[in-house]
Amino acid sequence: MAKPKVPGLLKGLGVTFKTLMHTATEGAATVQYPHEKEAPPIRARGVIALHEGNCTSCMLCARSCPDWCIYIEGHKELAPPRRAGGAPRKVNKLDRFDIDYALCMYCGICVEVCPFDALFWSPEYEYSEPRIADLLHDKSKLGEWMETVPEAPELEAGAEKKGKK
Amino acid sequence: MLALLAADLPYWAQSLLRVLGGLVAVLLPAGTVVYLFLFKMMSFMQSRLGPMEAGPYGSMQLFAEVGKWLQKEDIHPARADKFLFKLAPLIVLASTFLLVAVVPFGPDAWFTDFEAGVFYALAVSSVSVLGILIAGWSSANKYSLLGGLRAAGQLVAYELPMVLAVIGVVIQAGTMNLQQIVVAQNSGSIFGWDGLGNPYVLTQLVGFAVFMISVQAELTQTPFDMPVAESELVSGYMTEYSGFRFLIFFIGEFATAGVFSMIASILFLGGWGVPFNWFGWTSLADMDNWMNLVGPLILFTKMIVVVFFIMWVRFSFPRFREDQLQAFAWKVLIPVSLVNIMVTAVLKVAF
Repeated sequence: MAKPKVPGLLKGLGVTFKTLMHTATEGAATVQYPHEKEAPPIRARGVIALHEGNCTSCMLCARSCPDWCIYIEGHKELAPPRRAGGAPRKVNKLDRFDIDYALCMYCGICVEVCPFDALFWSPEYEYSEPRIADLLHDKSKLGEWMETVPEAPELEAGAEKKGKK
Repeated sequence: MLALLAADLPYWAQSLLRVLGGLVAVLLPAGTVVYLFLFKMMSFMQSRLGPMEAGPYGSMQLFAEVGKWLQKEDIHPARADKFLFKLAPLIVLASTFLLVAVVPFGPDAWFTDFEAGVFYALAVSSVSVLGILIAGWSSANKYSLLGGLRAAGQLVAYELPMVLAVIGVVIQAGTMNLQQIVVAQNSGSIFGWDGLGNPYVLTQLVGFAVFMISVQAELTQTPFDMPVAESELVSGYMTEYSGFRFLIFFIGEFATAGVFSMIASILFLGGWGVPFNWFGWTSLADMDNWMNLVGPLILFTKMIVVVFFIMWVRFSFPRFREDQLQAFAWKVLIPVSLVNIMVTAVLKVAF
């Protein structure tokens, strides 16, 4: 025997009343934000951190940014040769690396496109500012975010690079 | 309260007391309804806590909101009819204040002991339609105008089943005086057993259901909130209002919810009274003076229960379509309430 059909109107009232009692007895699904905080998931897109040593100022991130919110300036420098007697090497020196978080739309294309692993996602999200100009993070501030970047998770089995060593 | 007024106070003092009493009777239910139901119950039904920061459990939130509204600039659209635009919210609120004037709160605690109280209440409650229509028209905004017209169509359509539902009560009580209706319920008996009086919700269950549905529509609460449908009309007739004038609309909406619930509990649930048999009373004159203090509390409790159901329905159901709304009023509610009147009249004569 099928159970007698409950009218949809009563069912709807039942759902809201059940939720009411559940919230009253066992607490809400939300947290009271400034007092208690939920840890964001490890891959959350909070803020973009810069590992300055890896950056070659190749401009790929700045060019691929849909909002044009990355500003890079650099100059070439001569570095000592690798081997004695060689010609001096030319390296790119980074002068300025700014991300304007007032413009950033957190698409993550810059992180994807960086060929030298200089940009990382960090789950940190509490960096709002009273003045909009302060949302322009320069390279020292972007470097500080590196501390909040979580360890990269283990690769899945079989995901190692194949081919020649 | 009125024991005090019965004493020989000068006219200005009586008037002052009545004005203060009216303010309390309108603003207290409005505040309670907004905090208890709009802030807390709705939040809990959505598995969140609602306002928690202003005062213990956010109980002062309402004062913060009022303060916020008072600071806002009082603007009106450039092409609005300014005089009517500013008048409209006051008409809506005035209808609430006029409505509370006939509500009896205790054996002597009333503002006016009006013979045709039911008639007056139903007539005055529809004054708010005028305010809403004026607000929609004078805003010079197509959304406001559509909202105002929808409100007019809806409120006129649901006025009728509401009146017809109340007629059953009037027939059974034999009076249109709200105070006498309360007395008739509490001194009545169910087949000779008078331990519970005779609240008309038992005999007029159909009338009560029709009345509550109509009240829901009159208050434009959610299954019937096409006039302010925010996804279609922004906020309907309230779109162009800001600051204090919006606050007046807001107070008007929830104060009317409270006052209508009071009238529903007076008509159907026994109002302020306890069954007279409990204390051996037979009429209003026997009653002790403490009933003037307990009566308002009883009425307030019943109001909370009735508002709970109104808000529960509001938070649970989606909005009707415009044609469904009209069809429901004209094809279902009015025939049902006409049959209810007929049956009530036949039974009244038979017994």
